[in-house]
Amino acid sequence: MTSGATRKSYDGVVACLPVTIPYRRYSTNSAHWWIGRALHELTKRAGLRPKDIDGLAVSSFTVGPDTAVGLTQHFGLSPRWLDHIPFGGASGIIALRRAARAVQAGDAHIVACVAADTNHVDSFRKTLSTFSRFAQDAVYPYGSGGANASFALITKHYMNTYGAKREDFAKLCIAQRDNALSIPHAMMKRKLTLDEYMSARPIADPIHLFDCVMPCAGAEALLVCREDTARSFNLPAVRILSTIERHNAFATDPMQVRGGWALDAGELWSMAGLTPEDVDFVQTYDDYPVISVMQLEDLGFCAKGEGPDFVRSHTFTNDGTFPHNTSGGQLSVGQAGAAGGFLGLVEAMRQLTSQPLGSQVPDANSCLVSGFGMINYDRGLSSCAAILARVA
Amino acid sequence: MPVPIDLLSFARAVANGDIRVIDLTQTLSQEFPTIVLPPELGQCAPFRMEEVSRYDERGPAWYWNNISLGEHTGTHFDAPIHWISGKDLPNNAVDTIDAAKFIAPACVLDCSKECAANPDFALTVPFVEQWEARHGRIGPGSWVLLRTDWSKRSYPDYAGLRDDGAHTPGPEPAVVKWFVEERDVHGFGTETIGTDFGQGHHFNPPYPAHFYMHGKGRFGLQCLTNLDLLPPKGAVIIAAPLKIKQGSGSPLRVLALVGGGTA
Amino acid sequence: MTQPLVRPKRKNPLQRTRLPLSPQGVRSRTAHGLTAAAAEGRFALQVCLDCDAVVYPPRDACPSCLSARIPFRDVDPSGTLIAETTVQTSTDPYFRERTPWRVGTVKLDAGPVVVAHLHGDAVEGARVRLELKLDKSGSAVAIALPEKDTPNMADDPHLREMTCDPKFRRVLVTDGRTPVGQAMAQAFSDTGAAIVFVGLADAWKPFPGLDGLRKVERVEIVPLDMTDTESVTEQAEQNGARIDIVVNTAEHVRSGGIVDRHGLTVAREEMDVRYLGLMRLAQAFGPILRFRGADGVNSAAAFVNLLSVHALMNWPTYGSYSATEAACLSAAQCMRAELRPGGVKVLNVFFGPLETEWFQTVPPPKVAPATLANAVVRALRQGTEDAFVGDVAEDIRQRLAVNPKALEREMAS
Repeated sequence: MTSGATRKSYDGVVACLPVTIPYRRYSTNSAHWWIGRALHELTKRAGLRPKDIDGLAVSSFTVGPDTAVGLTQHFGLSPRWLDHIPFGGASGIIALRRAARAVQAGDAHIVACVAADTNHVDSFRKTLSTFSRFAQDAVYPYGSGGANASFALITKHYMNTYGAKREDFAKLCIAQRDNALSIPHAMMKRKLTLDEYMSARPIADPIHLFDCVMPCAGAEALLVCREDTARSFNLPAVRILSTIERHNAFATDPMQVRGGWALDAGELWSMAGLTPEDVDFVQTYDDYPVISVMQLEDLGFCAKGEGPDFVRSHTFTNDGTFPHNTSGGQLSVGQAGAAGGFLGLVEAMRQLTSQPLGSQVPDANSCLVSGFGMINYDRGLSSCAAILARVA
Repeated sequence: MPVPIDLLSFARAVANGDIRVIDLTQTLSQEFPTIVLPPELGQCAPFRMEEVSRYDERGPAWYWNNISLGEHTGTHFDAPIHWISGKDLPNNAVDTIDAAKFIAPACVLDCSKECAANPDFALTVPFVEQWEARHGRIGPGSWVLLRTDWSKRSYPDYAGLRDDGAHTPGPEPAVVKWFVEERDVHGFGTETIGTDFGQGHHFNPPYPAHFYMHGKGRFGLQCLTNLDLLPPKGAVIIAAPLKIKQGSGSPLRVLALVGGGTA
Repeated sequence: MTQPLVRPKRKNPLQRTRLPLSPQGVRSRTAHGLTAAAAEGRFALQVCLDCDAVVYPPRDACPSCLSARIPFRDVDPSGTLIAETTVQTSTDPYFRERTPWRVGTVKLDAGPVVVAHLHGDAVEGARVRLELKLDKSGSAVAIALPEKDTPNMADDPHLREMTCDPKFRRVLVTDGRTPVGQAMAQAFSDTGAAIVFVGLADAWKPFPGLDGLRKVERVEIVPLDMTDTESVTEQAEQNGARIDIVVNTAEHVRSGGIVDRHGLTVAREEMDVRYLGLMRLAQAFGPILRFRGADGVNSAAAFVNLLSVHALMNWPTYGSYSATEAACLSAAQCMRAELRPGGVKVLNVFFGPLETEWFQTVPPPKVAPATLANAVVRALRQGTEDAFVGDVAEDIRQRLAVNPKALEREMAS
């Protein structure tokens, strides 16, 4: 395991300008339209002209048959750094990592990182059935339950192995719903009670309705640039203390009980010079509550298998002992496809620059944002995390 | 001076029913039994139809079929070339037989009662002589048609197949030889599948109806029906096979003309 | 505990027939190695020739050593069911109308982790064995069965969806005139089939075995002449909607080659009985079978061809017969694609020489009609698509896989 000392810092590079295009349950517009709204918002709020954007990172499941390069001509951009980041829920932090190094090296000055997806009435079904070669060959033909079925197996196994109960997952979901009550574009607009959670419609046992995100259309975006560039545009910014990324970790685990963070968390903390007790709030990737619990374990907030105890002994609202998914996470706000991989990052930036859409976490100076995704076969392959801090 | 024959009057008599036309032909259909030979030998093709179109996408305004069958399927004519004994005779195939030979008078020998009692009824010379005693001598150039009422039977009984072959009525060798040598007959016709006795393979020579008739350039008719509607003498048979190149026989329409003064 | 199937009631003629749907059958080319194994009832996964790793899901390089030498080999199907879920809702129309549907994760003793369908008697935490089966899309899927057979196992609804079990189904044996046809009638009578229609042509031609055939329980003799389009059409019009499995026993076996045969009439008979006969059956029964592929417990399930193994490699002693069988094989492949939208399987059951009169002079080993009939029943129960019956058929299958040209020469010697 490499120590933080061998990883180059992100000094001088910042993330700024968190943008959300309000989500809609269904949209007849294309992904291109949603990406365009995000780019427009970015340039307008920064006072930029499109040609000022010389770096572009794009994440989207529904922009086909285009990839990032088609979008340059579509939107009239002429970047000298371009990346297409198809890693689902891990896209945000990975885009951040790529863009930060490009800016540091001078390969680009202002990088727009955008994630957007539309949601037509058949988008969900079509995305599931063509998700990956292994899913096509070895998962979809088995009940076609989609990610819900795959994560039901993971959830069942985690519950059998570590004694987690549905009530533990309920606690996270209920707190997130509370955090979302003041978010205008949240798909789920009401408080969630334990009764409602426990008696909800089963989707794939043991997963029930409120363990699942609601697919929708939307966009999330941000800029990555040098700290002095952000200042010159009067844009509040956020510093990057450390990041990690891993794909296909622990391939020999029969079922997924841990993600790549377990391999790389030490480096994350030592590179940032912080410990888990030091951060003020945490955004986990919450496609399913069991994965949030795994992230809490693997990122060092508790030991493996102690996640259920950790949940039982903390509170997760923005005014609680462990503020978590401070805008409600995808479980409350909705999952706009790949934008779900940017949601935690964008919300973290808002909290750290004191411009939240909903409630503000008190003393929000540093945080951990985690990403996860890409159920290629039977487990999420991609894991990543970043520690961010308020620019003093 | 030959007496002029008024053909138009003949046509009129047919049209108004004074001369009756009796159809002696079985309908060509898939179900009608055919001759069955030992399985190692070549078999006669049964009658089959394949619809080409029926007022549909294969042909919007018409209906037609392609048919397949053997020269000896259903009601059919045997030419002398059909048998080894007639193979070298002149004009022995259906396309070379003189067309005038397709019209000839017929004597109908009724042995239906005897056959009802015995499927192995064999026609003999004495039986025919008794018939002649009642109805007069069989004239030269006449068809001899054997009425057995076999065509009225169900198909299994009609074919008469048992574990030692077919049991159906037919002529003994002696009577066939006698027909040819003593009566100069035109040909021999039956209701059964084949002109020969069902167990005719045991005769000497085997299949004498074929052997002697065709050996002497005479003809055969098989799978006839409605022989019970014909008088013992006086009917005129029209039996013209298809003009198949070097054909050994063919299915055909066999018509009997009856009436105009005959009994 | 699997609930035993209940004999279905008579179909309500005023009720709409549920139309067949199909799970997604798209697979990568490499994944069709599983389809090949499932078609023959084998359990095979990729095994690395360089490091012995057993690999799943199918792929194009070994994940342990990156070797490309990872052919499919038979492997131990035993494992443990480590987690299960019941899918309650699906975006896919096929599964949507079949929920709740259990799937689970099986850790194989051989190494890989397999997401599989679950038999109702497969219990979480317990030992299971996997089988590869062709689902309604015609592609292979894995199903976890309990380690030891359980009562009424075949009646499990998930499993029955992937097999063509004759139980409670109605069968047509197209020709009862031959010993094979009679053995087939008896074998199906013994399976719990609701009725076995047996076709006979030329009722005016007696044959030994007719009395025996009449005595077999649940047999109903119907007129059927495979060389007569009208006859086949009529039979389909009368009984097509209540026939779920068609077994084509029509045969025409004669020795003789292509050069070394005198005349074409026998070849015409061979083609008319075998190839055109198959086409008559396909046109008359195919559409109604396809329509009824999802029609309840006794849905239309299968079309069975009995093919000489020499359809795959000509045997010049029976050269014209071999060629005719090859035509039938190609036709069967076409039928497979045409009937798949209805979820109806086309089974090709290959055999070498039979213990029947037209193979009299051929030395043993030969296949008895009853053996062939039992193999057909077994293939239907397993839901396999290609079966090789008897030592000669299996021998030719193996030699064909190694060196077809050597087999071609050896068949001619």
